[in-house]
Amino acid sequence: MGYWQGYRLRLRRRRILWRSFRSRHALSVVADRTRTIGKSDILLFATLRNEGPRLPWFLDYYRKLGVRHFLFVDNASTDGSDSYLAAQPDVSIWRTEASYRAARFGMDWIGWLQIRHGHGHWCLVVDVDEFLVYPFCDTRPLPALTEWLDMGGIRSFPAMILDMYPKGPVDAHPYLPGQDPFEQACWFDAGNYTARRNERFGNLWIQGGPRARVFFSDAPDRAPALNKIPLVKWNRRYSYVGSTHMLLPRGLNLVYEEWGGERSSGCLLHAKFLSDFPAKAEEEMRRREHYHDSIEYRAYADRAAGPTDLWCVWSERYLNWRQLEILGLMSKGGWT
Amino acid sequence: MSGPLGIVMLCHTALGRATELARHWAAAGCPVVIHVDQRVPRDDIEAMRRALADCPGIGFSERYACEWGTWSLVAATLAATQQLLADHADVRHVCLVSGMCLPLRPVAELVAYLEEHSGTDFIESVTTADVGWTVGGLNIERFTLRFPFSWRTRRRLFDRYVALQRRIGWRRRIPHGIEPHLGSQWWCLTRKTLESILNAPDRSRIERYFRRVWIPDESYFQSLARRYSTRLESRSLTLSKFDPQGRPFVFYDDHIELLRRSDCFVARKVWPGADRLFATFLAPPPWPGARLLPNPGRIDRLFSRAVERRLRGRAGLYMQSRFPRLDHENGKTSTPYSVFHGFTDLFEDFEAWLCRTTGARVHGHLFAPDRVDFAGGERFFHGALSDSALLRDHNPRAFLTNLIWNARGDRQVFQFSPRDNQACNWFMATDPNAQISVITGSWAIPLMARDADFAATRAEAARLQRIETAHLAILRSMYVKAQVRIWSLGEFLESPMEALQPILHDIAPRQRRSPTEVPRMLPLDTLGRFLQNLRNQGMQPTLVGDLPDTPPQPWPDQGRPYLVR
Repeated sequence: MGYWQGYRLRLRRRRILWRSFRSRHALSVVADRTRTIGKSDILLFATLRNEGPRLPWFLDYYRKLGVRHFLFVDNASTDGSDSYLAAQPDVSIWRTEASYRAARFGMDWIGWLQIRHGHGHWCLVVDVDEFLVYPFCDTRPLPALTEWLDMGGIRSFPAMILDMYPKGPVDAHPYLPGQDPFEQACWFDAGNYTARRNERFGNLWIQGGPRARVFFSDAPDRAPALNKIPLVKWNRRYSYVGSTHMLLPRGLNLVYEEWGGERSSGCLLHAKFLSDFPAKAEEEMRRREHYHDSIEYRAYADRAAGPTDLWCVWSERYLNWRQLEILGLMSKGGWT
Repeated sequence: MSGPLGIVMLCHTALGRATELARHWAAAGCPVVIHVDQRVPRDDIEAMRRALADCPGIGFSERYACEWGTWSLVAATLAATQQLLADHADVRHVCLVSGMCLPLRPVAELVAYLEEHSGTDFIESVTTADVGWTVGGLNIERFTLRFPFSWRTRRRLFDRYVALQRRIGWRRRIPHGIEPHLGSQWWCLTRKTLESILNAPDRSRIERYFRRVWIPDESYFQSLARRYSTRLESRSLTLSKFDPQGRPFVFYDDHIELLRRSDCFVARKVWPGADRLFATFLAPPPWPGARLLPNPGRIDRLFSRAVERRLRGRAGLYMQSRFPRLDHENGKTSTPYSVFHGFTDLFEDFEAWLCRTTGARVHGHLFAPDRVDFAGGERFFHGALSDSALLRDHNPRAFLTNLIWNARGDRQVFQFSPRDNQACNWFMATDPNAQISVITGSWAIPLMARDADFAATRAEAARLQRIETAHLAILRSMYVKAQVRIWSLGEFLESPMEALQPILHDIAPRQRRSPTEVPRMLPLDTLGRFLQNLRNQGMQPTLVGDLPDTPPQPWPDQGRPYLVR
């Protein structure tokens, strides 16, 4: 990469930082407990809208992993998500009525909170339907992972999205608050992912899974990207470009080994396909606040004529992280 | 009254755990001297002092600011050791541990072991010529170059200055009487050896030299012990392993069984949050004494597997944290597979026959333009691969590597022809796992049966011949790693089973008996006429080869084919 391109990426990063800085005006505080954040606490950032039923399990899951403080941006929820979160002792929450789309799909808001509170912390940026699984996550909490990464001078940890789905129509069984979403949505695609190197940002662009297989089989180029780098030892000069798929500076995207070995990685189990999915897809299509004019949701809605069943005979049933490791979806790397 | 074993403990983080450990050692009668890094906040140290105030036999030594790889670590160790030896006259062995070293066996067992080996120094000490594990490739140069720049924070300057010194040939002289040795930082030395080191008449001269050596904590005691020790066992009583990047492996709660069975005395380094490990190993021992000698074999294997995984990875895997550059794959695919090019055009039931004969998984044309022809016409395959040609063509190479990886252990066989997607030709040709068998020119056979106008057929023939020629150029290049067999149609027809036999043998080597049935060949009576028509239209079907003069008979008329074994 030449100096010119490097300089342009630098300008881009600064532009994003400036947008994030500006977007602070859009946020109004609901509950601010950031003073209780300790020096080496792991923080979680998320944007949400009407995710009420998913929150109890979400908080519970990440608390058990060792996240010490949650920072949420509520984008105009109408189901009381914000007041539920504001009552939690380890949550800070801001509310905004502004456009999700105009805020780079919420990343400007998160960007500002990260500038303000994330500096020097390991920060996890996920959606409310994404659940991080990493090597040894059943016996070692997140701080064990981040301390090990620190020791090796590693600043970012990748976790590919793994779409989980139920067998049969997605809305066959209603999802109840506090329930483990993967009791129903326990199936996944084990080996139809394709990766390509993005020369500009140095990250891998991964596609595939059930969404590509069912919704995008006639337009695979437009299938959603599954690569994510959700866990980063944050510096206020970093920024996410386009959701959490890639970062600037580019060095943070080099989470894969190029000379034959394996680095450590995890997976984000994606509990998107639960009983509320058809209703959500319909609403998001109307709002047109999502990526590429909500092309994803439109693809789902086109299919919605018949019941959406993502399951196929070769779907794999989820057991634990070791299974994902053996299948080659994630790796222990040198951690043992 | 203090025991015969003294402990020097270096700590800089997780003082709570260090406090627990110091108590544990002291409770077993071992005097402890603790060195706490100068950079630890005063409050934390005061808290630690207070927590240990009621514990006799625990002292704190003068504090140094310890930076990794510098003399300060040795200075801190020397000060603490001196204090320990001066304060506790009964101490006969001193063990150097850190605040993250967990004793795995009761201290009494270690004491008994040292009693048995009184007068023996336990320190890993290897001559610089023989170590294979140093980071950055610096062995003897640790002793002969100067290192004014920090390796951790000023890596580039560090490297450049080393290169400069090598180029100019600057050398430091190693002082007389020092034989450079390297080894693990964690040792257990006798009072006699330590006193010799501390009271050496030329100590200040030696120290001045070692101040500028790189990572002296891995060489100072290791070299000087060689000078003074009368009986030296070159191994460390502390189990400590490093990965290729030079960072220590860490033990967690899930290693508990492994550590229990290792029979090592002390393990480094233990994650401070490993509550279960600390609770288990610092509890009074539930088992009686009389234990085995240290046996870290299983742990060694675990760690060497991790190193292997980190450096070489799993062959044939492409994923989010392993995406090798071209030709650095350490195995392009995971399992051997076979490609049959042009066979289905000649035989009408080739796939079914091959499946029956070899027992392998035989697919149709996986790269066909209309759909992926999985074995049995399935819509999906292992790993939920879809039969959509569009999805496959989105990234054909990933499709192929996924297919092989998903069914690893199970040999995949598929058909190929110039009509198919050709994107993986180079990849397969350079993959040692591929077995590629080609009958050139057999694409002419399905064309022959076409009724369409001859001009279109001729154009199609020319197109297929062009594609196949390009493929053959790849298969005949010098870069080929695959096992390649090529016949022209004419050559193949001379003795088909003779050609097929060795391929079958490679696919199913344990299948002793020869195939009892043969694939059915399509009638080729009109092929000669068809080829002549092509020639008459100005196209030269070169890849077909020379057909036998008489129209080829599918097989000799008896039921059993002519076989050569």
